[in-house]
Amino acid sequence: MNMIEAINSAMDVMLERDPNTVVMGEDVGYFGGVFRATAGLQKKHGKTRVFDTPINECGIIGVAVGMGAYGLRPVPEIQFADYIYPGLDQLVSEAARLRYRSANDYICPMTVRTPFGGGIFGGQTHSQSPESIMTHICGVKTVIPSNPYDAKGLLIAAIEDNDPVVFLEPKRIYNGPFSGYYDRPVEPWSKHEASAVPEGHYRIELGKAATVREGEALTILAYGTMVHVTKTIVEEMGVDAEIIDLRTLLPLDIDAIEASVKKTGRCLIIHEATRTSGFGAELAALVQERCFYHLEAPVERVTGFDTPYPHSLEWAYFPGPVRIATALTKILKD
Amino acid sequence: MPESDSRPASNLPPLSLHIPEPRYRPGDTPDFGDIVVPEVGATPRPSEDSKPDAMRDMCYGLVRVLDFDGQAKGPWDPKIAPERLRAMLRYMMLVRAFDDRMFRAQRQGKTSFYMKCTGEEATSVASTMALDRSDMCFPSYRQQGILITRDYPLIQMMNQIYSNRGDHLLGRQLPIMYSAPEHGFFSVSGNLATQYPQAVGWAMASASKGDSRIATVWCGEGSSAEGDFHSALTFATVYNAPVIFNVVNNQWAISSFSGFAGGERTTFAARAVGYGIAGLRIDGNDPLAVYAATQWAADRARTNNGPTLIEHFTYRSEGHSTSDDPSAYRPSDEPTIWPFGDPIARLKQHLVTLGEWNEARHEAQRTELDDLVKTTQKQSEKLGILGHGMHQPFETMFQDVFEEMPWHLKEQCDQMLAEQEAKFGPNWKPE
Repeated sequence: MNMIEAINSAMDVMLERDPNTVVMGEDVGYFGGVFRATAGLQKKHGKTRVFDTPINECGIIGVAVGMGAYGLRPVPEIQFADYIYPGLDQLVSEAARLRYRSANDYICPMTVRTPFGGGIFGGQTHSQSPESIMTHICGVKTVIPSNPYDAKGLLIAAIEDNDPVVFLEPKRIYNGPFSGYYDRPVEPWSKHEASAVPEGHYRIELGKAATVREGEALTILAYGTMVHVTKTIVEEMGVDAEIIDLRTLLPLDIDAIEASVKKTGRCLIIHEATRTSGFGAELAALVQERCFYHLEAPVERVTGFDTPYPHSLEWAYFPGPVRIATALTKILKD
Repeated sequence: MPESDSRPASNLPPLSLHIPEPRYRPGDTPDFGDIVVPEVGATPRPSEDSKPDAMRDMCYGLVRVLDFDGQAKGPWDPKIAPERLRAMLRYMMLVRAFDDRMFRAQRQGKTSFYMKCTGEEATSVASTMALDRSDMCFPSYRQQGILITRDYPLIQMMNQIYSNRGDHLLGRQLPIMYSAPEHGFFSVSGNLATQYPQAVGWAMASASKGDSRIATVWCGEGSSAEGDFHSALTFATVYNAPVIFNVVNNQWAISSFSGFAGGERTTFAARAVGYGIAGLRIDGNDPLAVYAATQWAADRARTNNGPTLIEHFTYRSEGHSTSDDPSAYRPSDEPTIWPFGDPIARLKQHLVTLGEWNEARHEAQRTELDDLVKTTQKQSEKLGILGHGMHQPFETMFQDVFEEMPWHLKEQCDQMLAEQEAKFGPNWKPE
């Protein structure tokens, strides 16, 4: 399966298993989603389980909160993460706080799926990576898969989770892992081992990172598309890096990070999102606090620039091979 | 802008920006003589399955049942049995007694904050009485009448207001942000109108499950300006959700008069027209009109005829909250000249007119309810008042952020406990 098929399969499994699961969002019903993530689900599970919504993100998330209060398990889709902002009050003030403010009277077992990230000439409003906005909300979990196998297992775990989860899907790698070289042909997922996705139910526990590559020279913390970009550059440069795919940003697998950085003594953080107050800042602070005496070089961050996501200058913006290679060279020399 | 860049002169008048202004400010003599008070019984009662466009006139009129002599008249008279009317009166009087006592408790420094609903008791009490006990209510912060009508223990309300050891919400919430699932009362949020789409979602869930329960939701006319209001009405009409939207138009959103929510040019009920939703505009100080309209809307929702928007035309008789002084922005006698009177006085008059009530019983009931509230208050205060240390275990601060506490919250919890120990010594923990 590619990532779209894996995500589709996760929803299919959950719609089948739990009669309270409902899938909703703009164009997700009859049409099957602008990225095909919900293709066939309405036909199979019916219109009251999988349905189209008005173009109204506040409504989509707000209605899902109410459905959760009733006892359903809603899986709303926001068509692009860039468009989650109209629903942010419902997410921050309501979904995230409902359990806390009502002392468990009401919960919000909602999973907001939303495609995010750049590398597709999406310009300002089809490329953003707002994960640090999500991780700054207390009461919301933030999950980002990097391959089809994880996408399905994490999405099932997110839907089954009784807390609100923002499930950010890196759309650049829906159809195949991305090397970071925009001028090279894209390899389909079928050539990648993570495309072997079981048909039925399985879950990948939230809050657990995956070590993509073991190594001794430094630790690289990445997630989503950047896991594959990073892997390409590391292999090209022949660096013995340990690459950790965080998978869940909150709750974070601090043990995996700590163990790796203490082993390697160096830490490079890579994300597409803009730099200032990005999730990399939280990671850098945690590593500094917990691994200070093991660090042999300053913690480095490779990120998008602090500008809105550009259209024509996308590849000068994207944290691609050159920026990563430069940082690798620097951190290993220090 | 330099002269050369400006548009050529024309014979059009210069544009002017309209900033709404209430007619009366402190020091003025208010006069509500121009408010149309239609004859009781003059408004027709369309059938519950009427098409929304057939309800158009209902959005600009005013459903009234009780005249000012206490007579119930017309097609909207819900013909409630006297014992139910007496129960309604009792609940409304209890709400008022509770409000008065808790307002005073705040002034005495026993809690940080309170909000009364004086003058608006009918909009929650009579409305709730017209619902089924299993219907779900999504209130704003001024519908304490729902809880009281559903016999939620007063002491639990007080415990919440005091954030004391008995507070079911563990002192996490500002006073009056109650939550009571067993009483069909959704957790109150400080963020205005967010409950609107949530109520629609609940109603959609009920419909999708083939349930028979409906949802009701309240907001003020001020919060109807929020985007969530539009979201909710759009979703409700799209999915024909079994929901009742209440807009309590009490004329004031803190210091802003209803003109700042768009009330100068149309009614709030008329918002329904554009969404294809049935709309009703009612005398919110007429408990029988509130009851009848809610019953109409509930029947409509229950028979899959869709949502209804009810504008309760009423008046916020007191300040917005204990933090507000209305004499700073409106004439102090405005509440007393409001043409629709007081909902409790009107229902009392009706019962007296029916020969089902009298002054002596009314006074006796008032005393009884005051005593009940006072006694309950004493019991609640035994569990502590705000700031007196009889609160929840400290670690509850970190619980329920998530179902299970993640490592970073455990670490922060340990840090907080160590801070308390540093402050109060090794035996700091109460009980």
